[in-house]
Amino acid sequence: MPLLHRLVRADHPAIPFTLDGAPCEGRAGDTVLTAILTHSERLRLSEFSASPRAGFCQMGACQDCWVVLESGERLRACSTALTVGMHIVTRRARAV
Amino acid sequence: MKGQPLIVGAGPAGIRAAQALVAAGLRPLVVDEAPACGGQIYRQRLIPDGRSSRDLYGSEASKAEALHRDFAALDGRLDYWPQALLWNLRDGRADIMVEGTSRQVAYDGLVLATGATDRTLPVPGWTLPGVFTLGGAQIALKSQGCAIGSRIVFLGSGPLLYLVAWQYMKAGAKVAAVLDTAPFSAKFNLLRGLPLFPGIVLRGMRMTAELKLGGVALHYGVGDVRIEGASTVAAIAWRQDGLEHRLACDGIGYGLALRSETQAADLAGCRFAFNTRDRAALPERDAAGRTSVPGVYITGDGAGIAGADAAERAGERAALALLQDRGLPHDAARAATLEAELARIGRFRAVLEAAFPFPAHWMKDIADTTTLCRCEEVNAGEVRAAIANFGVHELNRLKAVSRVGMGRCQGRVCGAAAAELLAHETNRGIEAVGRLRSQAPLKPVPLTLALTAQQEAAE
Repeated sequence: MPLLHRLVRADHPAIPFTLDGAPCEGRAGDTVLTAILTHSERLRLSEFSASPRAGFCQMGACQDCWVVLESGERLRACSTALTVGMHIVTRRARAV
Repeated sequence: MKGQPLIVGAGPAGIRAAQALVAAGLRPLVVDEAPACGGQIYRQRLIPDGRSSRDLYGSEASKAEALHRDFAALDGRLDYWPQALLWNLRDGRADIMVEGTSRQVAYDGLVLATGATDRTLPVPGWTLPGVFTLGGAQIALKSQGCAIGSRIVFLGSGPLLYLVAWQYMKAGAKVAAVLDTAPFSAKFNLLRGLPLFPGIVLRGMRMTAELKLGGVALHYGVGDVRIEGASTVAAIAWRQDGLEHRLACDGIGYGLALRSETQAADLAGCRFAFNTRDRAALPERDAAGRTSVPGVYITGDGAGIAGADAAERAGERAALALLQDRGLPHDAARAATLEAELARIGRFRAVLEAAFPFPAHWMKDIADTTTLCRCEEVNAGEVRAAIANFGVHELNRLKAVSRVGMGRCQGRVCGAAAAELLAHETNRGIEAVGRLRSQAPLKPVPLTLALTAQQEAAE
């Protein structure tokens, strides 16, 4: 079940991305956090207990919403705009 | 030759500070983490979405429009770096990450308008997906046009509690209940605010009435809160008047008023003093916003919680102080007017504090199994054990032995709770336990960033 429910922008241009390998569509104007949580119920698993997390403050303070791209790049989902072709991983990040 | 003043933050305080400096012929550099100006309260969408300013900002629409418009009008007369993170201050220089590169800026005059975030205390289940701060819930709605659930509960204390619940209801989301941690009797304090700001008090009363009319259950004196769910929020349970309550929900907005973002002031070397009203150590400042460090000014909610209207005035006031301290012409009458208005807002702030008290007492009863530090996943029992085993009396020592506040957020989220728990466990006042020292980088930056900075320095 998605965590977030869109009230506006439902007809804005689609932005394709992948979430754990599955093709997904966000909308123009989405943050990465919004794009993920309108499809999914979590952003990541915590480092110590692997408990699900989905952000908290949405204003770049709590650092609870860091996600990883397949390239290994890390980004803060609440303060990063979704761009075409992001390959986002929400499964537990492993040290490379 | 005088150098360029640096303004950190482009919310209401930073915008008004910039405007006053530009009007005096200076060319400030404004750095802000967001892609567009406005701060959190007047945050702008990434792109238009068919909603009007009135839809987004309600009764404050004209203020939001004026700030956005006035800042845009400064274009060409200041330097503005959006999406820029100030991550260090040392020796009169600021390290700023912008577009993946670290740039070092030598400033002459520093105006800190760093704002605030939600203050929270840990409750069981608060890390579950579906729990957001009140500010976070508001950003989801205002900036992203999303509701945080299909059956939402708003929990906490402070004017934002009712405002966000009301905004969600108006936007067509299903608000199941508002759970106020203060007793209903606390709200009678608002009557004392009527002579000061009747419009604000009456607007709050109207919102509360409309929530009731809209079928939203309002509960007061809520305590012993537990958020339930396996992988996401499923329900919230609480005690009220000695009785157990439980309500199914799939989204929770939670906050206990606000806390100041003071890390940059700390790195700038500002002296701090404990503030009883905010229950936090805040940078010392005079009525104009001068800190203990010459040339460093602090303004807006980052200097102490006072709200957006105060932030606009405080930003302008601090800019006038900077002009005066540089020996430039400044409008002393205007400065006096601003200080009088700020004093009036300050008196109203005391009323709000009485009407929306902070439930500090929650921390003495917090269960050992409740996660206190979300980043490092340290629970209250581990913190209690660390305090007892190591004879800890000071917050930074507690951080060293327990990892509380050591994670990525640097204690922004758990710092207030850690201080309250340490005070309780050691039988002292909250003012006696110290404050978490801030460290650079103020927020996480890529390791590659430091390399870039060194290369630039070597060239």
